[in-house]
Amino acid sequence: MTKLKLATVWLDGCSGCHMSFLDIDERLLELVEKVDIVYSPLVDFKAFPDAVDITLVEGAVSNQDDLEKIKKVRAHTRLLVALGDCAVTANVPSMRNPFGVDQVVKRAYEENVTLQPQLPTQAVPPLLKRVRPVHDIVTVDVHLPGCPPSADAIFAALVALVEGRTPDVAALTRFGA
Amino acid sequence: MTTPSQVLTLKIDGQDVTGRADETILQVARENGIHIPTLCFLDSLSPLGACRLCLVEIKGSPRLFAACVTYIAEGMEVLTKSDRLNKYRRMIVELLFAERNHICSICVANGHCDLQDLAREMGVTYVDFPYRYPRLGVDASHERFGLDHNRCVLCMRCVRVCGEVEGAHTWDVAGRGIEAHVSADLDFPWGDSDTCTSCGKCVQVCPTGALFKKGVAAAEMVKHRSFLVRLTAMREEAE
Ligand code: SF4
Ligand code: SF4
Ligand code: FES
Repeated sequence: MTKLKLATVWLDGCSGCHMSFLDIDERLLELVEKVDIVYSPLVDFKAFPDAVDITLVEGAVSNQDDLEKIKKVRAHTRLLVALGDCAVTANVPSMRNPFGVDQVVKRAYEENVTLQPQLPTQAVPPLLKRVRPVHDIVTVDVHLPGCPPSADAIFAALVALVEGRTPDVAALTRFGA
Repeated sequence: MTTPSQVLTLKIDGQDVTGRADETILQVARENGIHIPTLCFLDSLSPLGACRLCLVEIKGSPRLFAACVTYIAEGMEVLTKSDRLNKYRRMIVELLFAERNHICSICVANGHCDLQDLAREMGVTYVDFPYRYPRLGVDASHERFGLDHNRCVLCMRCVRVCGEVEGAHTWDVAGRGIEAHVSADLDFPWGDSDTCTSCGKCVQVCPTGALFKKGVAAAEMVKHRSFLVRLTAMREEAE
């Protein structure tokens, strides 16, 4: 049996979902018998591959970089999984939405800075007007809420997907779990 | 003419059941172990029919009925589960999430919240409606309690418990439509209220993290509601 290709990507999130993924612990060995991890902040491949079977996305879509990344990821992924509340609901990153970008950027780069307060013009991708959940931008196949979803929930969902089943998400996790 | 105490027979989900003429579909369903999801309804408070989660189908009518405010009738055939009902109940739950800013992960009620439970029951794992992200405040003016409008679902449990059980009538709903919000007295800060007795009943009956005790951290606000049934039973005995 050829192995499935698994990728994980990290948008606007705290990396907690990736930590929870690692908390699968020794079951990771079981998993890598069935899948190859072809792209992830946890491994060293630099470019997103052409054809990925399952991609887990952590984080909300907050800036221009996230936006371009998620579109590319979607185009090259068969099953896209929104992993965790930030990807599913926009969660904590969305708390800036009621205030608007200008106020948020000023607060971060001017009001709270003592040394040379200034707005960034290079290297930092521009923020989108609103932080949005992943399904607001591209089609998502499975939503796995939780902040973060437990390792057990991630593992159970992955096993189901690898075996070609639809995971019973409501039985595994919930918003804020 | 039916009298309030008359016993009527009807069918709920195909099951033959009986109830008194002054009972609602929800009451009779519960007496017979048939579960209907609810949010605004709370035993011992007057039913309101605000949230519409308890919608049921009644044979012979294209309309849907709120089970908590619809009285039973002789020969009625009620359906509490169907694809159509599921669709609407899911939609209601999703709209409640989309309407205000529910960030469960940092909510005092996380893990003890009726809205979260409903989402789970309905299998809502994401919200298909665009979130509104309104800019809403937190009223922290009361010495012991707080009101976070971001998490209010306008069930009016607080309004009813305060008026009907405590007899203080501090809470009301001010504004219309999307502007509607619970308000203390004449839309004053809660801490300035002349009528609030600080009994905390509203905090306990609130289904979400909207009303909370100060000093609790995320996921710590466990609500205790057994007082309500006890209090009502004692009052009925006294009458
Ligand atoms: S009130 Fe309930 S649904 Fe809303 S944020 Fe808090 S836990 Fe989540
Ligand atoms: S504050 Fe709580 S009890 Fe009052 S209307 Fe809002 S959700 Fe309901
Ligand atoms: S429980 Fe019946 S309308 Fe809310």
